[in-house]
Amino acid sequence: MSSFPAVLNSEWTKIRTVASTTWTLVAALVVTVGISAGLCTLFNSTFTEMPKEQQLTFDPTLASFVGMSLGQLAMIIFGVLVVGTEYSTGMIRTSLAAVPRRGELFLGKLTVATVLALVVGLATSFLSFFLGQAILGEHSTGIDEPGVLRAVFGAGLYMALIALFSMGVAAMLRSSVLAICILIPFFLLISNILNGVSATRKVAQYLPDQAGSRIMQVVPGAMDSGETPYGPWGGLGIMVLWVLASVLGGYLVLKKRDA
Amino acid sequence: MIELEGLTKRFGGKVAVDNLSFQVRPGVVTGFLGPNGAGKSTTMRMMLDLDNPTSGTVRIDGKHYRDLPEPLKYIGALLDAKAMHGGRSAYNNLLCLAQSNRIPTSRVDEVLDLVGLTPVARQKSKGFSLGMGQRLGIAAALLGDPEILMFDEPVNGLDPEGILWIRNLMKGLAAEGRTIFVSSHLMSEMALTAEHLIVIGQGKLLADLSMADFIQQNSRSYVRMRSPQQERLKDVLHEAGIDAIDVPATGTLEINGVAAEQLGELAAQHQIVLHELSPQRASLEEAFMRMTADSVEYHAHAPGAGELPPGAAADNPARPADVPAWGAGFDATHKGGK
Repeated sequence: MSSFPAVLNSEWTKIRTVASTTWTLVAALVVTVGISAGLCTLFNSTFTEMPKEQQLTFDPTLASFVGMSLGQLAMIIFGVLVVGTEYSTGMIRTSLAAVPRRGELFLGKLTVATVLALVVGLATSFLSFFLGQAILGEHSTGIDEPGVLRAVFGAGLYMALIALFSMGVAAMLRSSVLAICILIPFFLLISNILNGVSATRKVAQYLPDQAGSRIMQVVPGAMDSGETPYGPWGGLGIMVLWVLASVLGGYLVLKKRDA
Repeated sequence: MIELEGLTKRFGGKVAVDNLSFQVRPGVVTGFLGPNGAGKSTTMRMMLDLDNPTSGTVRIDGKHYRDLPEPLKYIGALLDAKAMHGGRSAYNNLLCLAQSNRIPTSRVDEVLDLVGLTPVARQKSKGFSLGMGQRLGIAAALLGDPEILMFDEPVNGLDPEGILWIRNLMKGLAAEGRTIFVSSHLMSEMALTAEHLIVIGQGKLLADLSMADFIQQNSRSYVRMRSPQQERLKDVLHEAGIDAIDVPATGTLEINGVAAEQLGELAAQHQIVLHELSPQRASLEEAFMRMTADSVEYHAHAPGAGELPPGAAADNPARPADVPAWGAGFDATHKGGK
C-alpha cells in the first residue's frame, strides 16, 4: 500500500501549484472581510434610524459576518475547482493511475483542501470579527462575551464545511462547470428566497447554509432571522450531515464510475 | 507479465471489448493492433483499473493494478497526451505524481531531461504542442523507472522527428529488458518496433503471434498470370511441376516461388498468349487491413471496393477462395462473420 502521507504530500503539491487556489481563497477572505466591514460601517452610522426591535436584537457578532454570504461563493468555487479540474483536464486518469485506490485519493484530496479551507476560513472569520467590532464602536461586542468565541470559530468552520460540501458535489457531477452552475445560484439566491418565504421556511431552514450559519449568531432571532428549532451546534450538525452525504455521494461516484 | 482473462466491457448494449484473453510477455515489445474503435484504449484503461470490466480480469505480475503498492514503479502508462493539469507547470505535474508514489524528486529532473523538456519545465503545460504534451506524458510514464510500459497510440499526430524519437525510445527501453505494450492502428509502425503482435477487431482477439510469423504468413510474394488460353497454361505449368492457384473471381492464376522471367519463357516456349504476367507482393498493411476488414467499425464506402479498403482492392482483388491462414481465432471469426 502506498502510504497515505505520500498521497497527502502529492495533493498538497497539486493544490499549491495552481493559480485558482490562490485567487479563490484570497477572494473568499477579501470579499467576506470587505463587505462585512462596509456593512458594519453602515449599521454604525444608521443605528439610531433602525426600528426599535432591530436595535434591541442587534447582533454585532453576526453583523461582522454578513459579507460571508458572498465570500462563501469563492469558497464554493475553490471546493469545486479542487475536484472538478481533475475531470476537466483529464488529470483524473493520471492521478488514478498513480493512486489506484480511489478512496485513498479522494480522502487525501479532501483532507488537504479542507484543512486549507479551514485555515483560510478561520483567518477570515477572526479578521472579519475584529475589524467589524472596531468599526461598530459603541455597538460592538467582545470576544470574551458569552457565545461570541463559538460564533467566530463557527464561522471559520462554516467556510471549511461549505468548501467540503462543494467538493462532494463536484465529485458527484464530475464537472466544474455543472457544479458551479448549480451551487452558486443555489446558495446565492434559492436557499435565501426559500428561507425568506414563510411557506417554505419550515423546510428551507434545514438547508446546509441556513442551518450551518446559525453558529455565527449570538443573539437568537437577530436580524429577522426568526426562531429555529435547533441551536447553534444543532444547526452546524445539520450542515455536517449534508456535507457527509455529499462526500459519500462523491466517493461512490468516483468508486463506481469509469474514469 | 500482464495477463488478461476473459476481459469484457459493455457500454450499454454495445460490446466494446469481447472476452479478450492474452498475455503480454516480459522483455519484448508487444504491438497491440486494431482499427479505430476496436477497443484498444478501453482495454488499456481496464488494465490500469481506470475502467471497470463488465467481466474478466487483468493481472499484473499476478496482482490487480489497484493492489500494486506503488504502481508507477511497476507500470508506466501514456494513455492520452494531455491528461495533465494545464495550469500547472510540467515540473509540478510530474512532482505531484512522483510524491504520490514516493519517487525521489531528483527523478523528475531526470525524466524531463530524458524527454528533452528541461528548457520548458517551468512553463504551464497548457501551452504545450501535441508533441511536447506527448513527451510530458512519456516522462510521467518513465517516472517510476517501471519494468512495464504501456503506450496508447504514441505516434498519433506527431511530426516525423517525433515519430522517430518515440520509435528509438521504445527500442532503447526494450533493449534494457523492459516489457513494452504499445497500441497502434498502423501496421507499418508496428512492423518497425514490435516483436510480438496482438490484433483485435470489434473487441475480439483476431491474432496473437510473433511479428516474424506474421511477416512469414502475410508478406507473400507471388506472380499473377492471366491468359486467354488459361486451361492450356495450367496444363503447361502442371507439366513443368509448377503449382498454380486458380483465382476464379478474377480469372487469374497465382504462382508462388517461381520467378516471373521463368514463367514468361515457359509460356513463350509453348506459344501461349499472356495478357498479364506480374510479380505481386502483399504488404503487411494490406494483410492487416484484410485481417480486420470484417471488423472495421467505420467503413468509407468506396464504390466497387467491396469489403476491402480501396488500397487493398486495387492491387489485390478479393479472393474469397484464398484467405490466408491467420491465427486460429481469426479463421473462426472470419467464417462466423460471413
